[in-house]
Amino acid sequence: MEFGTYLWTTFAAFVILATFSFLYKDNPFYKFAEHLVVGVSAGYFVIILWHNGLVPNLFHRLADGDWYLLWMNSSKPWYIIPAILGVLMWTRFSKKYSWVSRWPLAVYIGVGTGLAIPLEMSNRVNKQLYAAMAEIDWSNFWGSRFLDVSAGYSDIIIFVGAIAALIYFFFSKAHTGVFGGVATFGIWILMIGFGASFGYTVMARISLFINRIQYMDNYWVQTAFDTSNPNFHAGFQILFWLLVAVLILYIVREIMAHLKTKAQQG
Amino acid sequence: MKYKLVVSFLLALLVAVPVVAQQDTTLADTSAAAMLPAPATMVQAKDADNDHGHAIDVTWELSADDGQGAGTVLSYEIYRSESPDGPFEQRGLVPSQKNSYTDIGSRDRESPDYFPDYIDFYYRVDAVAADSADRALSEVFGPVHSYGQWFNTGRIPVMVGVLIFAILTILFVTIAKKGRELYVRPLAGIDAVDDAIGRATEMGKPILYVLGLGTADQIATIASFTILGRVAKRVAEYHTKVIVPCYDPIVMTVAQEIVKSAYLDAGRPDEYSDDIVYFVTQSQFAYVAAVNGTMLRELPATNIYMGKFYAESLILAETGAVAGSIQISGTDEIAQIPFFIVACDYTLIGEELYAASAYLGREPVLLGSLKAQDYAKAAIIVLAIVGIVAANFGWTYFTELFQVVD
Repeated sequence: MEFGTYLWTTFAAFVILATFSFLYKDNPFYKFAEHLVVGVSAGYFVIILWHNGLVPNLFHRLADGDWYLLWMNSSKPWYIIPAILGVLMWTRFSKKYSWVSRWPLAVYIGVGTGLAIPLEMSNRVNKQLYAAMAEIDWSNFWGSRFLDVSAGYSDIIIFVGAIAALIYFFFSKAHTGVFGGVATFGIWILMIGFGASFGYTVMARISLFINRIQYMDNYWVQTAFDTSNPNFHAGFQILFWLLVAVLILYIVREIMAHLKTKAQQG
Repeated sequence: MKYKLVVSFLLALLVAVPVVAQQDTTLADTSAAAMLPAPATMVQAKDADNDHGHAIDVTWELSADDGQGAGTVLSYEIYRSESPDGPFEQRGLVPSQKNSYTDIGSRDRESPDYFPDYIDFYYRVDAVAADSADRALSEVFGPVHSYGQWFNTGRIPVMVGVLIFAILTILFVTIAKKGRELYVRPLAGIDAVDDAIGRATEMGKPILYVLGLGTADQIATIASFTILGRVAKRVAEYHTKVIVPCYDPIVMTVAQEIVKSAYLDAGRPDEYSDDIVYFVTQSQFAYVAAVNGTMLRELPATNIYMGKFYAESLILAETGAVAGSIQISGTDEIAQIPFFIVACDYTLIGEELYAASAYLGREPVLLGSLKAQDYAKAAIIVLAIVGIVAANFGWTYFTELFQVVD
């Protein structure tokens, strides 16, 4: 590994530690990491939008037309419509004409909603309803498979749970009496599902944390200290200790500030 | 005598060799014929149903040597040509025992795989043995051409569902507009919003409103806009401060319009500033980092998270809890609801978010649509119960009424 590469690895380790320092409290290191990532990402997405959005989806498609004919002679002249709508958004910079920017917004939200309605009906209603109308496996309700909690019982639990959960989301009637009891059963079913989902996702997050620790260990610590590592270079330790020194200095400063505050209060 | 014998032998050779050679050729031909599989028969091709064109369904009867007979067929190769005499181009390959293939091409004229509509094509299916040279060619079928359909019959159930829901919505909106009181049960999370705004006013601290990572055309974001309007109006009335950091620039623009209108409605247009609603970045975790920083620096009295959220939900809600803010959340993103339930004081689960916008707004259109949703849910419950009975009695004609084929 070259010194320049290790310099960037050390910087990556610094940003990781700076981000984790948020667990202690808001501090200058976190502020630096925050502003860096926000600034870099905002700039990055502007370029992405230009190269992956505007250039291929608008400019390339109008490219065979002439600008002095407003691209009306292009083979796909209808792409001028979204282009004009996009340009109208710029009227927001004028106090007098900013109301014009509502037109493209109305088109955008209207088209989006129009597309969403049949999709939602198909995916969240029709397909779910059809899947609920399943044949129950009755074979494990008696005989040698009695109390086998696989297929048959699961089918019934899923169906009853789905109906009860649906009743919980009924807003036109107060949750009292038998209706309230069924709704409560519905929310219990939902909570069981949420609990399982929570545990599953937390495990995935822990694996992300382990991944960051492994990155710092493999590429930052071992490269500077493990002589058996093929990328080892003793000179890298300068950067390592420099970063550690900065962190120690900050911790000492924090302790001093804390003691000073305590003395003033005392 | 010797000469006679030699001549006779040579003559005999001259006669015998062609006969033997002919016999050998016949034997070789018979052997080769035994190696070739039987061809696929009854090849048919027709335009694929319910699509935008650019696709043709090809079907055939399996070769007599596919799974039975000599059992030598391993695959079928599908060929297409613009002329019955060729040249044929291979379009697909399917394993043995499969007797259909959909030849789909691109609709983009510039694509090398462009499949033109309304152009006649001819199809041939080759039954192929282990050695790809051993193949039996089917008869050529054609002409056939692809074309798009205006109406997707596989999605009739969706159309019926949308129509019924639309009728219910129009009905209940009309009833609501006539002034009839429509009951909506109280939602704890929404009742807490007004208390939270009051708390922020008393503490002299701002309210942080997060619209999530959704785009402006998503239903959760649209519901969140309605709630933001209500919150912004109350905030303006109480002279409190609201902070709305946005992930999406279009969402920001809509949010600015909503907050501006809310301040106007509250009679405080002078207190509105475009800095109330601002854009951060479109990078998920960079956005989270910025909002987290805002939480710890501004220490808002209340954090409201309404809209579409993904992996950032727990990070935001945990930081808000650390900052000591009252937190109210709502999302229809099922995987994120558990995190909000754990870290927030009140959570609107899924459809409660949509109901909240109607509950808060009390507008006839929103209330009417909420009532229509409730009646649609009641119908779904009834249909599901009837459907499961039908499925278990084998009345498939009933359950198939609800099947959507995309």
